[in-house]
Amino acid sequence: MFSIYKKELSTFFGSLIGYIVIGVFLIFTGLVMWVFADTSVLEYSYASMDSLFFLAPTMFLFLIPAITMKSFAEESNNGTLELLFTKPVSENEIVLGKFFANLTLVLFAVLPTLVYFYSIYQLGAPKGNIDTGAVTGSYIGLMFLAAVFVAIGLFSSVLTNNQVIAFVIAIFISFFVHWGFDYISKIPAFYGIWDDFIQKFGIDYHYRSMSRGLFDSRDVMYFVSLIIVFLLLTNFILKKKKY
Amino acid sequence: MSVRIKNLTKTYGDQVVLDNISFDVGKSEILGFLGPNGAGKTTTMKIITGALFPDSGEVQVSGFDVFDNVQEVKNRVGYLAEHNPLYSDMYIKEFLLFVAGIYGINNKSAKVKELIELTGLTKEQNKKINQLSKGYKQRVGLAQVLMNDPEVLILDEPTTGLDPNQLKEIRALIKSTGKDKTVIFSTHIMQEVQALCDRVIILNEGKIVADDRIDSLGEYVVTKTKSVFVEFEERFDINDLIKLDSIKAANAIENGIVKLDGEDAYKMRKEVFSFAKTNDYTILSMFKEDIDVENIFSKLTHK
Repeated sequence: MFSIYKKELSTFFGSLIGYIVIGVFLIFTGLVMWVFADTSVLEYSYASMDSLFFLAPTMFLFLIPAITMKSFAEESNNGTLELLFTKPVSENEIVLGKFFANLTLVLFAVLPTLVYFYSIYQLGAPKGNIDTGAVTGSYIGLMFLAAVFVAIGLFSSVLTNNQVIAFVIAIFISFFVHWGFDYISKIPAFYGIWDDFIQKFGIDYHYRSMSRGLFDSRDVMYFVSLIIVFLLLTNFILKKKKY
Repeated sequence: MSVRIKNLTKTYGDQVVLDNISFDVGKSEILGFLGPNGAGKTTTMKIITGALFPDSGEVQVSGFDVFDNVQEVKNRVGYLAEHNPLYSDMYIKEFLLFVAGIYGINNKSAKVKELIELTGLTKEQNKKINQLSKGYKQRVGLAQVLMNDPEVLILDEPTTGLDPNQLKEIRALIKSTGKDKTVIFSTHIMQEVQALCDRVIILNEGKIVADDRIDSLGEYVVTKTKSVFVEFEERFDINDLIKLDSIKAANAIENGIVKLDGEDAYKMRKEVFSFAKTNDYTILSMFKEDIDVENIFSKLTHK
């Protein structure tokens, strides 16, 4: 598994993909947090990182499918997937290697934003006047959310040989799982009766719950099971390619 | 037996790709796999490597079953796929180190260095794979196939698309690396089969139509008429030749060469020679039709 992980990471950083994804993420979040008047922390005058954590899922919705789309689609198209199939690695190892490599790339994009946290921490009046618990929870929630998106991206990529199709499917499923249930719950037929129940199926509900700094094992269980479900589906379809 | 295949069947939808085929390949045997496109060669090869599962049948490599022990099989097999898929944006060394990592090789860089030398990639070793010519890509493919010192080497059309020099080199490489290994390889080049193989299997529409040593392949296409080709310096009425006892028919083909048909090629040639002597003709060339794999192939696989 480690060989696959290493190979995937080195393709990200051996080509421009890795740098562009990290660059775009940081430039955009940097602009939104510090420069654009509407959302800037400096204008807002509250020591919070809410604008980052509000924006990040939307950015991930596009950036993560962009990095995961090639994972299986390209390999299956080039025949290198067949190469892997003749080597002593199991499908599980291939899927997990790719999952962790993609997630690591996302982590590299998120890590530099800790500088924002440090800056706000220093700028606070009095110094350190920021809800560290909420920020920690938000970061953990964001990484879980990213992991779900990566798993969805891998699943979409294994469905097709075409990267563009993989990209679009990944965006659609990710969007639906993240926000879709929220919108459904607002349909008048459900509103007031089922809305709370339906919302709980969506990522948004659990992400917001974690952002408050509450560490609820139900949220963690939700994310972990969602990741496992999509990885198992990916594995299942990958195995089917051998029949 | 290195490879044992029993009652192997594989279908895609309605199409039967492999229809109940069985064969064994012994240790250090070089087996040529022939057949028209779509005959099931690649499918058979993929099944032996564990990259594809059959519908039914038994496949064993060095005693390990592909169903029960696929990882053991993969550790003993080296497979070069038809289009030689490689990670084209990786460097040669980087790619070979990656493959070494998958096989869990202890001293990775030493092994990679050894393979680079063996396959003659030393000069190109710092290049990216997509910068290489087809011949060198094929060498990279062979290098990664030899990574685990496979007992069984499976090569799917390893020489297609190479120029005559590269062809020679790759063949020599196959022959030298295949000395102590079982080699199964498919090709469309008949001379290659004659040059490299001990044994030939001809597949057609998912069935084995011939499985024998090269020199006994002729028995599969038993033709009673034998042909002798002869070229005279002088021009004369070829009907004179039919008067000879052993010759049933004579036809002039191009450039003054006459094709003689009869039942006994030995007697025919003897008589033609004495015919020339008595008439004071000069024979420029004379040869009998050899066992021709190409002929056998087209006869066996023709619908």
